[in-house]
Amino acid sequence: MMTAAKTAARACSRRPVDSLFVSKPLEITEQAVEAAVDAALAAIAAAVDSATLKAVRAEHTGEKSTLAQLNAELRNVPNDRKAALGKLVGGARGRVNQAFAAREAEIVEAEAAAQLEAETVDVTALPSRYTPGARHPLALLQDRVCDVFTGMGWEIAEGPEVESEWFNFDALNFDADHPARAMQDTFFVDPPEAHLVLRTHTSPVQVRSMLEREVPIYVLAPGRVYRTDEFDATHLPVFMQFEGLAVDKGLTMAHLKGTLDHFVKAIFGEEAKVRLRPSFFPFTEPSAELDFWHPTFKEGPRWIEWGGCGMVHPNVLKAAGIDPEVYTGFAFGMGIERGLMLRNGVQDMREMVEGDVRFSQQFGMVV
Amino acid sequence: MRVPLSWLAEYVELVPGTTPEDVHAALVRVGLEEEDVHTFELEGPIVVGEVLEFVEEPQSNGKTIRWCQVRVAPEGAAAADGGDAVHGIVCGARNFFVGDKVVVTLPGAVLPGPFPIAARTTYGHVSDGMIASARELGLGDDHEGILRLSTLGIDAPVGTDAIALLGLDDAAIEINVTPDRGYAFSIRGVAREYAHATGARFRDPVEQTSTATASVGAGSGDVFPVEIRDEAPIRGRVGSAVFATRIVRGVDPARPTPAWMVARLKLAGIRSLSVLVDITNYVMLELGQPIHGYDLDRLQGGIVVRRATPGEKLTTLDGKERALHPEDLLITDDRGAIGIAGVMGGADTEMSDATRNVLIEAANFDPVSIARSARRHKLPSEASKRFERGVDPQIAAASATRVAQLMVDLAGGTPDAGGSLIHEAPEREPIALPIGFVSELIGVEYTDEEVHDALAEIGGAITRSDVGFEVVPPSWRPDLTGKAELAEEVARLAGYHRIPSVLPVAPPGRGLTRSQRIRRRVADTLAAAGSTEVLSFPFATETENARFGSADGGPVASVRLANALDAGTALMRRSLLPGLIAAAKRNRSRGLVDVSLFELGTVFLPETGRAYGTSELPVGDARPSDADLATLQAGIPPQPRHVGVLIVGDVVTKEPQQPPVAAGIVDAIDAVRQVGLAAGADIEIVQGSHQALHPGRTAELRVAGRTVGYAGELLPTLAEEADLPRVVAVAELDLDAVIDLAEPGVEAGAIGAYPAATQDLSLVVAADVPAATVAAAVRDGAGELLEHLHLVDDYRGPGVPDGSKSLTFALRFRADDRTLTAAEASGAKLAGAGVAAERTGAAIRE
Repeated sequence: MMTAAKTAARACSRRPVDSLFVSKPLEITEQAVEAAVDAALAAIAAAVDSATLKAVRAEHTGEKSTLAQLNAELRNVPNDRKAALGKLVGGARGRVNQAFAAREAEIVEAEAAAQLEAETVDVTALPSRYTPGARHPLALLQDRVCDVFTGMGWEIAEGPEVESEWFNFDALNFDADHPARAMQDTFFVDPPEAHLVLRTHTSPVQVRSMLEREVPIYVLAPGRVYRTDEFDATHLPVFMQFEGLAVDKGLTMAHLKGTLDHFVKAIFGEEAKVRLRPSFFPFTEPSAELDFWHPTFKEGPRWIEWGGCGMVHPNVLKAAGIDPEVYTGFAFGMGIERGLMLRNGVQDMREMVEGDVRFSQQFGMVV
Repeated sequence: MRVPLSWLAEYVELVPGTTPEDVHAALVRVGLEEEDVHTFELEGPIVVGEVLEFVEEPQSNGKTIRWCQVRVAPEGAAAADGGDAVHGIVCGARNFFVGDKVVVTLPGAVLPGPFPIAARTTYGHVSDGMIASARELGLGDDHEGILRLSTLGIDAPVGTDAIALLGLDDAAIEINVTPDRGYAFSIRGVAREYAHATGARFRDPVEQTSTATASVGAGSGDVFPVEIRDEAPIRGRVGSAVFATRIVRGVDPARPTPAWMVARLKLAGIRSLSVLVDITNYVMLELGQPIHGYDLDRLQGGIVVRRATPGEKLTTLDGKERALHPEDLLITDDRGAIGIAGVMGGADTEMSDATRNVLIEAANFDPVSIARSARRHKLPSEASKRFERGVDPQIAAASATRVAQLMVDLAGGTPDAGGSLIHEAPEREPIALPIGFVSELIGVEYTDEEVHDALAEIGGAITRSDVGFEVVPPSWRPDLTGKAELAEEVARLAGYHRIPSVLPVAPPGRGLTRSQRIRRRVADTLAAAGSTEVLSFPFATETENARFGSADGGPVASVRLANALDAGTALMRRSLLPGLIAAAKRNRSRGLVDVSLFELGTVFLPETGRAYGTSELPVGDARPSDADLATLQAGIPPQPRHVGVLIVGDVVTKEPQQPPVAAGIVDAIDAVRQVGLAAGADIEIVQGSHQALHPGRTAELRVAGRTVGYAGELLPTLAEEADLPRVVAVAELDLDAVIDLAEPGVEAGAIGAYPAATQDLSLVVAADVPAATVAAAVRDGAGELLEHLHLVDDYRGPGVPDGSKSLTFALRFRADDRTLTAAEASGAKLAGAGVAAERTGAAIRE
């Protein structure tokens, strides 16, 4: 073929180089055109992939193809036949191109499908470049508690863990010699004469809030607190508390109860409810223990003790420079650990502080 | 406080069939929380028996047993266990005689333990029951021998149910008494509260004693001399204002304490010692007034109550010699101290087996004085517990009389007309209670009548005034000091269940603070990136704070606890890393080898050489001055919140088509980047050093030029010490500082839409030049057209001189206003290379 082409090129040097691949001029006849079309269509139909199809296209529609040569020959036909023969060749070329396009679409589709098929993986055996982490459920629960109160317009207040005794006790109406002060099982910082303690509750943050903020005050103080308790399944020497404080005109114990009712429903569901029992705290008067009830506790529906609360003692308001004849306040405090135990069935408090990743990973990012 | 129900029923009506649980349920409504129920845990048949005869049988083990015939039912009747009226019983004790009445536990009975009784073969006999000792019955510790009823003064018919006879069918409730309710440390107080809770009728034992006083004489004869001479009152409070004495002569200290009293004391948690001591304890439990009894014949002269003098000593009745403090209030006689008032008596004058004449002391001491002495001498006692909380100052005389009466009745004494009473307790001031105050504080509409009746019921003396009530609280309620306290009394008697639920509306808030939001985001980000949050105890050892408490290893100060739970961890942590290391170790010991942990928590960073705290605290119930508040605040050691991360093992695990990737400093730095992203902080990473970290693999972390933490790999020796693999990636940042230093707002730039031109730049520099320095130079030199730069390769090897490295940066250029030409991009690149050459000697690698 190459030899023939070269020979032809030499013989007809005036013609474009790439149209010299025939040994002799073709005559445009219906038979010749139909034969070329039939040959092309058969080759197109026989092509099974894009590489074959590409070769078929070059052979049957490329410049060396019969149809191209026939087309080129149109130049040499007399004018009176040009229109009819031009239509004949043009129509033939159109049919071949159409068939080619249709086959190409089929092949592209089939090949794409075959590639997808080939790329199939076992989605249950994929490697993971990512290891899941987890928040600590106590921290998550604390975040949720904060969200309930910020949703009510309250703000979140914070304070130091190593605290002055004045904030932790004196300002909260704990007399220096009253047994209530011993009741708190306090960690003292050395030397004790410096009057620093590890805060035994987050109540000093209430005092700080009253000193720093303008009334009305609605704040929640979450954080770590310390008691010299033994470390066992139900006691931790370091634990997390949250305490609420509201100081405003006209606040009553009914507002305290309303706030607690709203809170337990938000955290435990609509069926939860709160009961108050008379109790004693130096910083509240009247004081109450807070029990709450829920139908889905493990041992059945029942009342469970969860914290203390009451109306802010007038001496506490005075220590913060607030006139108890004008303003009243209420306060409450609960433990996050106990909340988590009640809510999520944690049995042993030690699991919360040991740092075994399996504990937090049970919860992931949601509590 | 433990309250035997039979005792309670003497002073308040208990409906027949009332269970301990019923009493608990009633008391909790008025604020006395349930703790426990105590019983003797006995089951019958346990009966009175008479020893008819016995034979002593020596055994091969050296013991001698008695084979006894004991009558346990009247002649002709069946025994309580259905057996014969006479049982054969083997007994190891030998302290009884034929004819003695004893307590026999018959087959089917159960003793505390539980210890079921059955007929069993022993020492060659079928022992058909057991003759019981006091200890076996739970009545006392006496196991010297079996209990002979005659020693209790009892002679009951054979077959009598011994459980009821000895008061062993009683039960006691135990309640938690809050520190404001000292009066509830008495049967009298609890009976009154039970009446408040149930409406049952209350009979005041003090009034009953007063009416019975005549029978033991009125104390009108020779007055026993008592003087109160407190020359150094604590906080302005005189040590004693009330002091009553009574004298009883001719007592027999060997008389048995009656079984009912032993049983009640036992249920109340007090061991029976001797009739005289038991009586003083009994009256203390009943009335709440601590009593001290002296052997009158061992006193020298009268009693003076005074403070201790420097160097004074006293041997207390526990046999210990105690150095007294000038604040200690003492009971003294002519020879000196004979007791620390309200805390513990002296050994020399205590009642004993030989006592014939008794001086009874019932006094009222200042709570503060007693509390301090009890704490100072580490002598918390039943007496000091009551004095610290406040004892009714009006019952001293009645209590002394009640003791005298019991010593007459039970110990055979005769009352002496001698005795004395000092009563200088001040009258209590009335509290003004405005109309409507209680309702406004509680949120319940109480009628004036309800308020009046509740306060009258608790014992208040009430008069009407123009604007409300004037209320004198009862003498036993020192806790009622203001109108809020009175409001609580009304609310609790009316019932807290009446308080409605009203949700208050707070003013609009601003949500979380910036710092709170960022901290939460940091934690969420680290967790989302694969780390697990832990919460460690913030206690630390000396070594931990020395190693991790500073970067340079210089001396550091720590907050030290005076009463740590564990002396080894008496410091507050300066770093989060020791806690993370301990947690990692625990996880690995439990088979979890690939561990990524983080903690957000407080560390405690006192400055070296600085004293914290304040020696004085503001006093009074007013707001301290701003200066005082500033002093308090200045005394609080710095305690910033840190974030710490520890990663050990593989960060990418081996899985199909995936080789494992081991943790290293890369992961520590990535964690730092995650923190920076979450905090909105641009954290600069520079080569650094930290005493606990690998010297070549430590990054110092900076924000706005200030050091905020370190990241890297733990020193391999420290890792080994903690049983961790050699490579442990760690990072710790002062999160408060990161948040403070971070630019709080972002100013958005326009996002250019013209095409980017990307080029690579390879620079050869000395190996010790940090890539970040080269990058910064390129950035500065390339100018505004350089949109992004990143290091894609650090090559050392053939083609690069020894001691040098080739750094390849991928650069992306873009202009805001036109499509860049290749020439412009190349020009910027070369300008960057030029500055790098100037600053670092970098040469373009061809």
